[in-house]
Amino acid sequence: MRGRSMRLGGAVLGAMVAVGPVLTGQALAADKLKVGFVYVGPVADFGYSYQHDLSRKALAAAMPDAVETTFLENVPEADSERSIEKLARSGAGLIFTTSFGFMEPTLKVARKFPKVKFAHATGYKRSDNVATYSARFYEGRYVCGKIAGKLSKSGTVGYIASFPIPEVVSGINAFMLGAQAVNPNIKVKIVWVNTWFDPGKEAEAAKALLAQGADILTQHTDSAAPLQEAEKQGKLAFGQSSDQFRFAPKAQLTSITDDWDGYVIAQAKAVRDGTWKSSDTWGGIKDGMVVLAPFTNMPDDVKAMAEETTKAIVDGKVHPFDGPVTKQDGTVAVKQGETAPDPMILGMNWYVKGIDDKLTP
Amino acid sequence: MTLDIVQMVLVTVLAAATPLILAAIGELVAERAGVLNLGVEGMMIFGAAVSFAVAMQTGSTLLGALGGAGAGLGLAALFGLLTVGLAANQVASGLSLTILGLGLSGLVGANYVGIKRDPAPQLAIPGLTDLPGIGRLLFGQDAFVYAAVALVAAVSWFLWRTRAGLTLRAIGDDPIATHALGLKVRRVRFLSVLFGGACAGLGGAYLALAYTPFWSPGMTAGRGWIALALVVFATWRPLRVAAGALLFGGATVLQLHAQAAGLGLPGQLLSALPYLATVLALVLLSLGGRQGGSPAPAALGRVFTPSR
Repeated sequence: MRGRSMRLGGAVLGAMVAVGPVLTGQALAADKLKVGFVYVGPVADFGYSYQHDLSRKALAAAMPDAVETTFLENVPEADSERSIEKLARSGAGLIFTTSFGFMEPTLKVARKFPKVKFAHATGYKRSDNVATYSARFYEGRYVCGKIAGKLSKSGTVGYIASFPIPEVVSGINAFMLGAQAVNPNIKVKIVWVNTWFDPGKEAEAAKALLAQGADILTQHTDSAAPLQEAEKQGKLAFGQSSDQFRFAPKAQLTSITDDWDGYVIAQAKAVRDGTWKSSDTWGGIKDGMVVLAPFTNMPDDVKAMAEETTKAIVDGKVHPFDGPVTKQDGTVAVKQGETAPDPMILGMNWYVKGIDDKLTP
Repeated sequence: MTLDIVQMVLVTVLAAATPLILAAIGELVAERAGVLNLGVEGMMIFGAAVSFAVAMQTGSTLLGALGGAGAGLGLAALFGLLTVGLAANQVASGLSLTILGLGLSGLVGANYVGIKRDPAPQLAIPGLTDLPGIGRLLFGQDAFVYAAVALVAAVSWFLWRTRAGLTLRAIGDDPIATHALGLKVRRVRFLSVLFGGACAGLGGAYLALAYTPFWSPGMTAGRGWIALALVVFATWRPLRVAAGALLFGGATVLQLHAQAAGLGLPGQLLSALPYLATVLALVLLSLGGRQGGSPAPAALGRVFTPSR
């Protein structure tokens, strides 16, 4: 903005009349709320950062006269403080830091800029001007588990997992509980690839799981390679992060996608209205933060069951971690008639009964 | 059934090893001529992006592969101009080449994200490909795999069975003496760098056209760096590069299969195995070096400016 007005000023040097419009333009720009986004990956990753950038575009479209958006992509977590501070210095009023590893840098910059509001995704530390938000992906995984339990002919489902952190472990458990709800003998084979994104390795993991008798794949990694492998071998699979139907039109059953539009727009509105307060938001299917892509490649009765389950979760009638939930070692984690409290899900470091894998501490 | 699984595992091991073989064999030739190009990852990913773009535009996998090799070659030419022509520092130039390649690949690939393509066709010889146990392994691969095998054989033959290969190795050991003998040090080094770039680009093309046939930023996921380690691991010998690539690729694939089969082996340890092997190889190398010279090209990484 500044560069443009300077160039304008240079072009009409001497013509003092031009100063008027330029100044008005600047005043208008100052009126707008600047909203910055910091992404850990490229906006073109067709996964996590891509979905986040969709919400930035949605915000720009929803409040074109009130906000001005900007973003920084491929920001390494270890070196993010500089980038966040840059946004704060350049006059941003609201900054979304979208990866877990941005937590401490966000808090540090927030202390330096008490007037700037921050929203940090998937973290757990807040302050007066730092809010946190995340999505209840496990709700989607429970629905996927039920679909897989119904559709698997071999009775074995393959699960490609990234890192043994609570978000991933609770996803595996929710998937297993969903699958067990329709087929108590279902088996879930887990392969840890120790990466969020490596198409080659994810494809190899998919091949290994299919070779071991899995006929449905699900993943907690970000590339479409496992879906493609399932498509190639005539098997079924679930997508991840965004709707990956185009990669596997014959294999994708549904995809657990993130939708941050509502949250991002609400935060920007609150800052504009002066009503913003630091808060913790953990939204699920009900809040529209977790969206299941259209149910495809399945018979109508399974589709109906999936839709019913989704609705029951929205209505609060079903919670993936409704008791009784038994841990792998046989101890009861959630009693009959109770539901797992949020802190338990956020810190989950154990498997439910029936999972044939060990979590190394 | 079991035989089929064994064959399937071997097929995937070979597939995982192919991009490593392609990138490493090219780097080996450049290093044999005395040029250390740390930009393999950058040339590889740029090759992947360009190959996918070309293949989408023309509909031809072959043209895509050539485009990928050309892209790697183009970046390598830039590197050659800097390090061979202008005698710039090889390490710094190589590292910046990686960064440049990553950036350019994102630019070229931006319009191709989220598009898929059919994988490169695989060989199918009636009768042979269907042979139980070995048919798919020997006669059912795509052209990249055969090209990688042929390149290893060709480079091995070239370096040790031809006069030009001898010249190349001599230049890598002592550019000053070879220059004094009237050999074209800079020309040979430049051509070696170009060959290395084309091979790295081809390795990238394999990833985007055959291995996981789509383009995605960062899809090489560090394979260029593994290829660099592989050259050292192989003590600058082509056949050992192939063996090492199979070992590196094999360790990755086998640990995934071990997990899927529920063997209960610690996956993290198996993932670290190739790197432990490289460290071990380096230790053995330096022990051997005490007795009779290092197997590394003596002038590796040193820039050469001809005296006038």
